[in-house]
Amino acid sequence: MSVAILKDSRKLSFRKGIHPADREELSRDQAIEVLPTPEVVRIPLLQHLGAPSKVCIEARAEVRMGQRIAEASPGLSANIHASVDGKTAREGLVTLPNGRRVATLPIKSNPEQGLEGEALKEVYLGGNWSFDPECLDPADIARSTLEAGIVGMGGAAFPTHIKLAKNEKKPIADILVNGCECEPYLTADHRLMIESPDSVIAGSLMVQRATGAKHVSICIEDNKPKAIEAIRQAIGDRDIDIKVMKSKYPQGSEKALTVAALGRAVPTGGLPLDVGVVVVNVGTAASVARTVLRGMPLTHRIVTVTGEGIVQPKNLLVPIGTDFKTLIDACGGLREDVDIARIIAGGPMMGFAITDLDTPVTKGTSGITVLTAESIRREQATACVRCGMCVDVCPLDLVPTKLALAARHQNVELLNRYHIDACMECGCCAYQCPAGIPLVQLIRSGKILKRNRK
Amino acid sequence: MALSVASSPHFSRKANGTRSMMLDVIIALSPVIVASIWIFSWYAVVQVGLCVLTSLATESIWQKLSNRPGSVLDGSGAVTGIILGLSLPWSAPWYVPVIGSAVAIILGKMVFGGLGMNLFNPAMVGRAFIMLSFAGALGASAYVYPDAPMAVLTQATPLSAAKSSATLSGFPDIWALFMGNRNGSLGETSALAILIGGIFLCIRRTASWQLPVGVVVGCAVTSGLFQILGLSNLTILQHLLGGSLLFGAFFIATDPVTSPLTPKGKWIFAIGIGITVVFLRSFSSYPAGVMFAVLLMNAVVPLINRWTIPTPVGGPLPSKS
Repeated sequence: MSVAILKDSRKLSFRKGIHPADREELSRDQAIEVLPTPEVVRIPLLQHLGAPSKVCIEARAEVRMGQRIAEASPGLSANIHASVDGKTAREGLVTLPNGRRVATLPIKSNPEQGLEGEALKEVYLGGNWSFDPECLDPADIARSTLEAGIVGMGGAAFPTHIKLAKNEKKPIADILVNGCECEPYLTADHRLMIESPDSVIAGSLMVQRATGAKHVSICIEDNKPKAIEAIRQAIGDRDIDIKVMKSKYPQGSEKALTVAALGRAVPTGGLPLDVGVVVVNVGTAASVARTVLRGMPLTHRIVTVTGEGIVQPKNLLVPIGTDFKTLIDACGGLREDVDIARIIAGGPMMGFAITDLDTPVTKGTSGITVLTAESIRREQATACVRCGMCVDVCPLDLVPTKLALAARHQNVELLNRYHIDACMECGCCAYQCPAGIPLVQLIRSGKILKRNRK
Repeated sequence: MALSVASSPHFSRKANGTRSMMLDVIIALSPVIVASIWIFSWYAVVQVGLCVLTSLATESIWQKLSNRPGSVLDGSGAVTGIILGLSLPWSAPWYVPVIGSAVAIILGKMVFGGLGMNLFNPAMVGRAFIMLSFAGALGASAYVYPDAPMAVLTQATPLSAAKSSATLSGFPDIWALFMGNRNGSLGETSALAILIGGIFLCIRRTASWQLPVGVVVGCAVTSGLFQILGLSNLTILQHLLGGSLLFGAFFIATDPVTSPLTPKGKWIFAIGIGITVVFLRSFSSYPAGVMFAVLLMNAVVPLINRWTIPTPVGGPLPSKS
């Protein structure tokens, strides 16, 4: 059955890119499990792209799951809600995976929770998600999204209400619902599409309604035949396209996806909006549906805990603010028979290495990947032999080795000549480099250099 | 548990490295070495052996004197040695390969800062040096030896035969050229062996396929044009198979360090070599032209890189441009 699906659709793709081992078999068939409510959650007040949120609740207050505890600052920001029933404690500081120290509001959870375990999973994923899009006011959808603090759940955590706001100057023609999940190891989106395809579809239709777009497409890589099948059945006779994408990294990045699915390239420094497209992750779409149909703000997310260093890889539904250690313990802990070398928030291509297991899950944490010494690159970098393999894989047509060279020589003029601003740090170049040169790291340092020189 | 942090990506392609690229080149060169031993017997072994040994020795001495970590085992010195050895005539006296290799490593590579920093193909720098210093050892007569034990060694090389006579009487038939049963530099004679090794190199992606294809196309088109215009008495196939063009196309032009980075740049570079070769063969006093053509185009590579900076996907924002 699934083979037939793959045959009858043309697999869409972008130019270049890489084919890393996806390692999804570790957690692909693990049904989503609800994490037992942790004793304490520490909710960071900045989990999104933009300005930190402002606490809007007194200290030592009783809060209910879903109650707003911090409100969006003006401009690019998002609301934040309590993810458990409990009592707030004094504000603290926490280090996010990206190294940023931010304020956090801890909540001690009550022994009795209003919603947990299987009941929570049923409300989160199960039940009936049908609705009539015509009955919804587009502005209401955007407003609910803002209320609910929904941000992009694929990793970048861009506040979603900005994407859904009607923009007269830049009309939206297409919605791409991103189910590519091209990062190796991660399977959270995969499981969501299999276990709750109806919520993804409901959310997609709401995004369409909010933006007034003509077409909606759900894009899924061809290494997820079960998800393709589940989504296809859930679509039924509704006017939603299903686009089967070639499994290739970084198929799920906005820039690669708009090219692959629609043949439209986002200009440097622009957004998909500039070419009439809104891209939302499947998890984000489901969150919109959950808010509009069930009144649930963004309090939980699905996190894949995986990697060769985890005893039993799983896909967990966890409250925002739970620390990594609790998640890892829920998966049997770290393996002691292997040489664990790196713990990553996110996937191995674009995730952040962490050393502090107290790091909390944020709205953008799609996974925790524990890699062994075998899977990471350790050897010393050797000289660039200008083989051009970085050029051959760069999905944006850059010349990474020249950017790295310019960064090393602190030559801003050269950085600009080679278009440093266009780099999205997907990591293809460094993955491919035979000399083991940390190209992405050098390019990042180049971007910082350029910013500081201004 | 020793946790480490580093910039993403945390994942990399397995089984790669500069050394494995160089190993690929050596594997690809092995059919050529075998063919050259088959044609020139132990002369080939001696020349290539001397070149490799001198290259490695020179590099390790240089690194020691300049207090740098040893780079001898990265394989690039061995590759330079083999390529230089294969581009020599069988008869060159021992000091020619030795001096050539030392110059190749020092002037061609180390003075620029070692592997990856050099502008010119090191083997060709070494060869150019000995060609100018020991003109006799690399001249037309160096290839011919009437009393030689092997039949091919008694003939002139095809291109010098063509240069010296208008009738092409000394030019072997195409089949002999293809198999390699003719005189010439040690590694250039067998087109078959070069193609086997060269195609392997391209399939492994160690060499960019644009480079050999560009050189061959550039040479074929120009030589065809020259034939029509009456500027050259050689046919396209004689140009392609009669000298070191194929060896140059697959093993010299493909040196990543001294060729451009982008596919577009590679086309310009390679086609430029192909065209230059035919010009040099037809108008210069040397019968062969690959070496100078490669060196000439090497010099233009930084410019080509600058001309061919690709526009990022999507282009600039319309309002800002």
